[in-house]
Amino acid sequence: MNFDVEVRISLKPGILDPEARAIQHALADLGFHTTKLATARIFSLSVEAGSRLQAEDMARQMCERLLANPVIHRYEVEVRE
Amino acid sequence: MRFAVVQFGGSNCDRDVAHVLQDVCGVDTDLRWYKEGLGKGYDAVVIPGGFSYGDYLRAGAIAARTPIMEEILRHSKNGGLTLGICNGAQIAAESRLVPGTFAINAYPKFLCRPAHLRVETSGTPFTSLYHEGEVIRLPIAHKEGRYMADPETLAALNRERRVVFRFSDPKGRVTEDANPNGSMENITGILGKGGNFLAMMPHPERASEEILGSVDGMRIFLSMIRHIEEAG
Repeated sequence: MNFDVEVRISLKPGILDPEARAIQHALADLGFHTTKLATARIFSLSVEAGSRLQAEDMARQMCERLLANPVIHRYEVEVRE
Repeated sequence: MRFAVVQFGGSNCDRDVAHVLQDVCGVDTDLRWYKEGLGKGYDAVVIPGGFSYGDYLRAGAIAARTPIMEEILRHSKNGGLTLGICNGAQIAAESRLVPGTFAINAYPKFLCRPAHLRVETSGTPFTSLYHEGEVIRLPIAHKEGRYMADPETLAALNRERRVVFRFSDPKGRVTEDANPNGSMENITGILGKGGNFLAMMPHPERASEEILGSVDGMRIFLSMIRHIEEAG
């Protein structure tokens, strides 16, 4: 079966996000004042798998082995049929 | 004695390192394209700076997963010396050959300028020709060089004397002002577990000839050469 998977990688809480800070400053220059801003990265992919659970497991392994850096990142996996 | 300098697509300090090794230090050096593999017979390997794979995903992330890294891991496990400079250090962290990671600079800008470093230990194959506490000046050139590790890892690095360089002021004081990128504890050079893998963000190959204004970096290469000679 083919599954669409969305992987969302973001920084662990408390990890400094300099890019977010720079974007926040730039938004402020445009007159948009934000009290919080965080960045994340989304990977949309499709995989062939025997089950939904297997598809999720594959995506988690992708995160562990390449997509995320466990020192600074956390990840969420969402599977759609 | 033979050194290898590994080339990935996007490496751009490979020839500089090979020039310093071959022409300045006088040691036989081969450039090894990553697809050809490392091959055998190298006493030391250098992973040079640059932008392997365009820094896609994270700096060093994709190069770290190429098959040649398995060979470098084997070389390292067998006791061979490996030096990762700048992008090479990022690749080493992504390969978990050294602990922690090099994250985007605290002020997210590409920094290209000289930096003072305090040599924290001369008891390594890479720094035996320096004095402990000596301050040297090497160029840095990176946007992702902020060293980060969890508290247990930092404690272990300190306890095991695996912190090799810290950013300092010209007098060797390790201060916040002397920290260009926000690295934890000003760390910018660390050893892997076996002590034979050094990952560092500054560029010793850019400070190894008088004509370039500094020879402070040359003793890293000369220390490696001496270590190999003494090991016979």
